[in-house]
Amino acid sequence: MSLNFNTPDFEVIRNENRCIQCKVCVRQCANTVHFYDEEDNVICADDTKCVNCHRCVTLCPTKALVIRKYPLEFRENSNWSGKVIKEIYKQSQTGGVLLSSMGNPEPFTVYWDKMLLNASQVTNPSIDPLREPMETKVMIGRKPEKLEFDSNGKLLTKMPPNIELKIPVMFAAMSYGAISRNAHESLARAAEELGIFYNTGEGGLSKDFYRYGENTIVQVASGRFGVHKKYLNAGAAIEIKIGQGAKPGIGGHLPGKKVGEDISATRMIPVGSDAISPAPHHDIYSIEDLRQLIFSLKETTDYKKPVFVKIAAVHNSAAIASGVVRAGADAVVVDGFRGGTGAAPTRVRNSVGIPIELALAAIDQRLREEKIRNYCSLIVAGSIRNSSDIVKAVALGADAVYIGSAAVIALGCHMCHSCSTGKCNWGIATQYPELVKRLNPDIMYKRLVNLISAWNHEIQELLGGMGINAIESLRGNRLMLRGVDLNEKELEILGIKYAGE
Amino acid sequence: MLKEGELKIPSGCAISGIIDKKGNKFNGEEIIKSIALMHDRSNGLGGGFAAYGIYPDYKDFYVFHIFYENSSIKTQTEDFIKKHFDVEKAEYIPTRPVPNIVNIPLMWRYFVRPRVQTCVSEKDFMDESEFTSRCVIKINTDYKGAYVFSSGKNMGTFKGVGYPEDIGEFFMLDTYEAHMWTAHGRFPTNTPGWWGGAHPFTILNWSVVHNGEISSYDANKRFVEMYGYKCTLKTDTEVIAYLFDMLVRKHNLPIKKAINVVSAPFWDDIEREKSEEIKNELRSIRAVYASALVNGPFSIILGYEKGMIALNDRIKLRSLVAAEKSTRTYVASEESAIRIICDNPEKVWSPRGGEPVIALLEGE
Amino acid sequence: MGCVFMLCKDGSKKESMMKKIYAFESKCLGCGLCEVHCRTAHSKSKDIVKTHKRENIASAIVIEENLSSNTVSYFALQCRHCENPKCIKACISGAMYKDDSGIVLNNKEKCVGCLSCILVCPFGVIKKNDDGRSVSKCDLCVGSCEPFCVKNCPNEAIKFLDEDGARALI
Repeated sequence: MSLNFNTPDFEVIRNENRCIQCKVCVRQCANTVHFYDEEDNVICADDTKCVNCHRCVTLCPTKALVIRKYPLEFRENSNWSGKVIKEIYKQSQTGGVLLSSMGNPEPFTVYWDKMLLNASQVTNPSIDPLREPMETKVMIGRKPEKLEFDSNGKLLTKMPPNIELKIPVMFAAMSYGAISRNAHESLARAAEELGIFYNTGEGGLSKDFYRYGENTIVQVASGRFGVHKKYLNAGAAIEIKIGQGAKPGIGGHLPGKKVGEDISATRMIPVGSDAISPAPHHDIYSIEDLRQLIFSLKETTDYKKPVFVKIAAVHNSAAIASGVVRAGADAVVVDGFRGGTGAAPTRVRNSVGIPIELALAAIDQRLREEKIRNYCSLIVAGSIRNSSDIVKAVALGADAVYIGSAAVIALGCHMCHSCSTGKCNWGIATQYPELVKRLNPDIMYKRLVNLISAWNHEIQELLGGMGINAIESLRGNRLMLRGVDLNEKELEILGIKYAGE
Repeated sequence: MLKEGELKIPSGCAISGIIDKKGNKFNGEEIIKSIALMHDRSNGLGGGFAAYGIYPDYKDFYVFHIFYENSSIKTQTEDFIKKHFDVEKAEYIPTRPVPNIVNIPLMWRYFVRPRVQTCVSEKDFMDESEFTSRCVIKINTDYKGAYVFSSGKNMGTFKGVGYPEDIGEFFMLDTYEAHMWTAHGRFPTNTPGWWGGAHPFTILNWSVVHNGEISSYDANKRFVEMYGYKCTLKTDTEVIAYLFDMLVRKHNLPIKKAINVVSAPFWDDIEREKSEEIKNELRSIRAVYASALVNGPFSIILGYEKGMIALNDRIKLRSLVAAEKSTRTYVASEESAIRIICDNPEKVWSPRGGEPVIALLEGE
Repeated sequence: MGCVFMLCKDGSKKESMMKKIYAFESKCLGCGLCEVHCRTAHSKSKDIVKTHKRENIASAIVIEENLSSNTVSYFALQCRHCENPKCIKACISGAMYKDDSGIVLNNKEKCVGCLSCILVCPFGVIKKNDDGRSVSKCDLCVGSCEPFCVKNCPNEAIKFLDEDGARALI
């Protein structure tokens, strides 16, 4: 079929007065947008291939490049927008499911932006974190209902295993396969330096990375790729992945072309074979099955590692989370509908799941009503963008957060939403060796350390402003939040008051 | 304008406390004199006292001091009390007229014994104290216009809207003999104040007077509410009383461990601790009771049957001075408030942040 | 300039302590920015656009590419500042010389463009200038603290290291 309705999404604008024909853009574009015309000594561009990843723009030594939205307009129609029409063109041409990457980009309310924090004035001194201790350490894991002491004041209760986070942030599960080896190495090294944790994702743990075990959370997902006793014991905690915010209810698919030697060995599957994670765990069809898996994992690790259970934020998350805690999970991880992904069906990503802010508030409240909130830790994910999002999440009731998108942005991701092509020009979501090496872990782990350290400073400033010197005193402290632009129902679910109240 | 109890009110204050560790009793004149000296630390919107050992003839009875807004709520509340308790004696709380004390609610006190049988509820067996505390919380939550402001044994609190010295005069504290007194002068920032909102706050034998504002309030509140408490007044102080009641009475924590919970040592100090056993203990306390850490500036005096504990926040953002002479221990917001009632104390010191002053009755 | 060599206690310069440029194939993206910045650093204008539009300078660092179907690799090549440089021996006009700190330099005034140095250089890192009468080679950007190719490499694939530092990384 030679007739193609597709038109470019982006346009490459080159300032010819500045272009020196150095061909850096030509060499750096894995999508082969730029090419050199020797006859006329000019660099040209094929706009149809451009995904707007900014690699060429960033590396162009003379800043001669700009990428713009392609100016072609359809007749104005608020219902049949250009995006809707182009999706139909694409599907009618290929017959395929539309695929997208990263989190839900649709204009739903970002509740973080509708909540404002408190600060001390007069009646209560704010605390200066540069002069006074300001604690951001948190302990993640199961807690007993109470501590028992003998008559001499000696502690009798033995604490269940907890992991200690110096800063209440962890790097979210991104599998080796979805992201590159160098990206994993950067995350692992940063976690080690920061005293936090990164998550292997569902693709197992490369043998070279076992040395970061103390700062690793090993994931067990429905495909069970790379799961064996040594793997489970390699990390500091285990996470059972039930669902993912970007694609609740469906599994995963790593195309065979990404399964090279090392990924094959790590995942324990043949080179070149597709790695397909089923939608459910086929040994978990109900909550009691989850309990069995939790305790199988605990048995395997001699009850020395906390077991997390990660669920996607869906309509009845609160009840599900309660069941998960009762099933024996030491921490519940909830991933909101803006959570990122390497690839998800567009319709699922854009229209399944609920906002993390509402899910978090509902879950925290439900666990308190059932008097089980203190037994477990609550970790949230799904588009935590900055330190104030973290502080607001803690005030709503979270113990800690996971960041995925923010972490890859620190590694150079420019949110072009094209991970599924496997041709990430920044060396993150790719397995092509010549692209992978664009991400130098020596440079990139420092950027992650910088980011989280900067956020920690900001968290401390915000805490100090509220007159708080330990982050646990903010956890669930919803009086520190006020809403703006929210309706009664939203305020009720978030459990906060309106600004001015 | 919302009344207290419908919103959270920050307030600053003066506090003072005296205990005779041998149990010798003395009347309320000294404590009034001490708190009156700090007149400028309150603004006439609340004052109150807790006195321990004042009802020796009824020492096995719980004594409820209750404010009523009208007589119909009094009837309803009394029906509830009679259903769940044997009432030995019910009477007006005696007062004398003081010009500055106005808008006085109905005030009654009841000497009661719980009828636990009636309330071994559907599921769980309760002891007497748990039963009583649940009944108190129920009245304060469900009986609008009634408020139990004292519910311990052989102790009582006396409080209201006014300067503390006027409140002391009004309640005729010179006629009560106690081995321990605590007092509070209030400086709320933004309401007319109501009688129930004055300090001390109590639950059973626990009483708390507090200077400061708790920035961890909602975290603490939502934590204790998981264990059956209801913070009805939405002021910080109430939650401290509940925290101690929960930690010491329900969870059986030794008092020193409870202090480690609410005024926890810093992680850095814990890491520096040499003894692995102590380190593990403190780490466990912080992990399990993270939500019971009380944050923000405060100095409090906590009274209970065994004695008195004064405590500052971890970085000492509120003043607190302590002194000792003979069998007595004194604590107050200002040293002058001690010296005016205690010539030449043997020892005067300013406790460090998070370091408690523990003054217990002999033998405790 | 102080970074190019280190002074020993007695004030003499020790060649083994001299810093040189090391290229790391495993990190090289083959983007060619080192070439762009090398040319600019050795231009009159010191402006990237003017250098490339108006001046004609050969880069002293060159990316070698291997674009075979199974492996793609790149390597940045530039003068090694050999201990016993063949180019100096071969130079007929005395233009090629080694300075006090060990840097091999070409004096353009003396160079007659015989190209003997290019013939003998085992690394192929001396380039003929377009005028055909002189050569260009790496001078480690004498006078600036760090060579421009090193400073502008986006992936730290080229490093400026002394022998110990290089040994630690290789």
